[in-house]
Amino acid sequence: MSALTESRVISARFGKPQSWTLASYRADGGYETFLSVLKTKKPDEVIAEVKASGLKGRGGAGFSTGMKWSFVPKGTTKPVYLCVNGDESEPGTFKDRQIVEMDPHQLLEGVGITCFAIGAHTAYVYLRCEFAEGLRKVGAAIKEAYAAGLFGKNIGGSGFDLDVHLHMGAGAYICGEETSLLNSIEGVRPYPRNKPPFPAVEGLFGCPTIINNVETIANIPHIMKRGAAWHAGLGHKEDPGSRLWCVSGHVNKPGVYELETGYSLQALIDGLCGGMRRGKKLKCVIPGGSSSRVLTADEVRTVTMDVPCMKRVNSSLGSAGIIVLDESVDMVDAVLNLMKFYAHESCGQCTPCREGSPWLVKILSRIAHGQGRPQDLELILDIADNMEGRTVCALADGACWPLISILTKFRHEFQAKIDAAARSGAAGAPTGVRAPAGAH
Amino acid sequence: MLPETLKSEIVELTSHYPHARAALVPALRAAQRDLGWLGKETQTEVASLLGITALEVHEVVSFYPMLYDKPVGRHVIHVCRTLSCDACGGKELWKHLESKLGVTRGGTTADGRFTLMSAECLASCGTAPVLLLDNERHENLSHAQVDKLLEAAR
Repeated sequence: MSALTESRVISARFGKPQSWTLASYRADGGYETFLSVLKTKKPDEVIAEVKASGLKGRGGAGFSTGMKWSFVPKGTTKPVYLCVNGDESEPGTFKDRQIVEMDPHQLLEGVGITCFAIGAHTAYVYLRCEFAEGLRKVGAAIKEAYAAGLFGKNIGGSGFDLDVHLHMGAGAYICGEETSLLNSIEGVRPYPRNKPPFPAVEGLFGCPTIINNVETIANIPHIMKRGAAWHAGLGHKEDPGSRLWCVSGHVNKPGVYELETGYSLQALIDGLCGGMRRGKKLKCVIPGGSSSRVLTADEVRTVTMDVPCMKRVNSSLGSAGIIVLDESVDMVDAVLNLMKFYAHESCGQCTPCREGSPWLVKILSRIAHGQGRPQDLELILDIADNMEGRTVCALADGACWPLISILTKFRHEFQAKIDAAARSGAAGAPTGVRAPAGAH
Repeated sequence: MLPETLKSEIVELTSHYPHARAALVPALRAAQRDLGWLGKETQTEVASLLGITALEVHEVVSFYPMLYDKPVGRHVIHVCRTLSCDACGGKELWKHLESKLGVTRGGTTADGRFTLMSAECLASCGTAPVLLLDNERHENLSHAQVDKLLEAAR
């Protein structure tokens, strides 16, 4: 394969001077698509166009965006809301932050078009509070858009009204789960909600609500400008589009790279990312944010970056957070690090996740510290089996997928530590045998 | 008592939503920005501005790591501890800060200048190691650069 070069759509304006200002955005034709959609399209036509484009959500779940929009009940008498999910907290993922910092108007134009399509007159852009720069940039961009008559009443003389507000989170991964995000906005403890009812029917303040990821919405102006067929022709035909791939870990040039779907993961690492750092060997890649299943170096050589291929190797592209780890990494330490994340971020609503995730941390910690017990690996798998699929949201699943895949593919590393502990006599009392009360 | 400017900021925030309560998290972040942390009195005042009970405010404050219900130092440091940072110098950065400041996780220096916290993924994995100093992001940090940052924060 020839050397990869980026094909920039979403990131086309990144790095331009003052790229975040309205003047810069309009100089590149910004908001023309929004104003033309308001004048020339019907909402249903926009939904049909986005459906036909094949765009899938970029937040992790990868659901068809146009399909999601079409679930808003026709002729509803309640207000409809759009919530933009910018809680970006999935370990390994750092693309939405670049959009809100470097091209906030691209996002806001997408917000305008999306609201028109779904019949919303109020949108909330939800950003995690750690995005200080993004909050400043989006806040300023919203003000500029109001002042230019792009938001507010009777936009461009079309009769369409739209209010857009910035909403700030306070440091919780769970708020990126769409129903948790709704509770976070409503000012209650942000526990995920049971579905159904789905948010498109009963979401924010009990009204029909569409929640879309930042990158998803940033795609909308391009699709409406260049057409569904253009988008459907980008990259892999079953999972089309151009995506921001976030590469971190042991490569020479980590960063966000924009490529159409369908390229070789190995070529991305060797090409744009400049290969492995310090000439070390690749050990494994977590390809779609920390909640996706790990790929060994052998698997990495065979995969392309698209949903169908990732499904074939039983992993996922998720949020396109690609964590590259070299041969120096201790996989027990790596998975312990991740399980600490899930234990910290478990909201505590469901017992399997609230109790299971810290328990996993405890077991993995003792294995890492040379005190693992012979039956610990079976115990880990048993706990994971009691978490996966048994909770309101997918956080517990997201903890189990990397855990089980790492334990399966690198079991020898766990076993070696446990065997060493047995030889040295450091392993603690066998699990299941309770110490007498008061013994601690 | 909440300063008048903060009160009017919170009242303005409530106008963004059909129910005032929805302004709670942004209101608490604004209060924390001005007051440093969210004491019981502050929580009660925010509650009355939003027409909810102090308990309802506390339920939310106690959930979020970025809302502080205990006093913190004049400057708050959040070091990312999640995988990409951990694998690319984050562990060493954490040890450096602990020994330099003489505190452990969550601790505040004796002079009240710094509180050291860890954070879960700060969405800047490609520029590890990363920390927030007073909520502003600093990337690709060497220990010398961190020392400079701390010196500048009086």
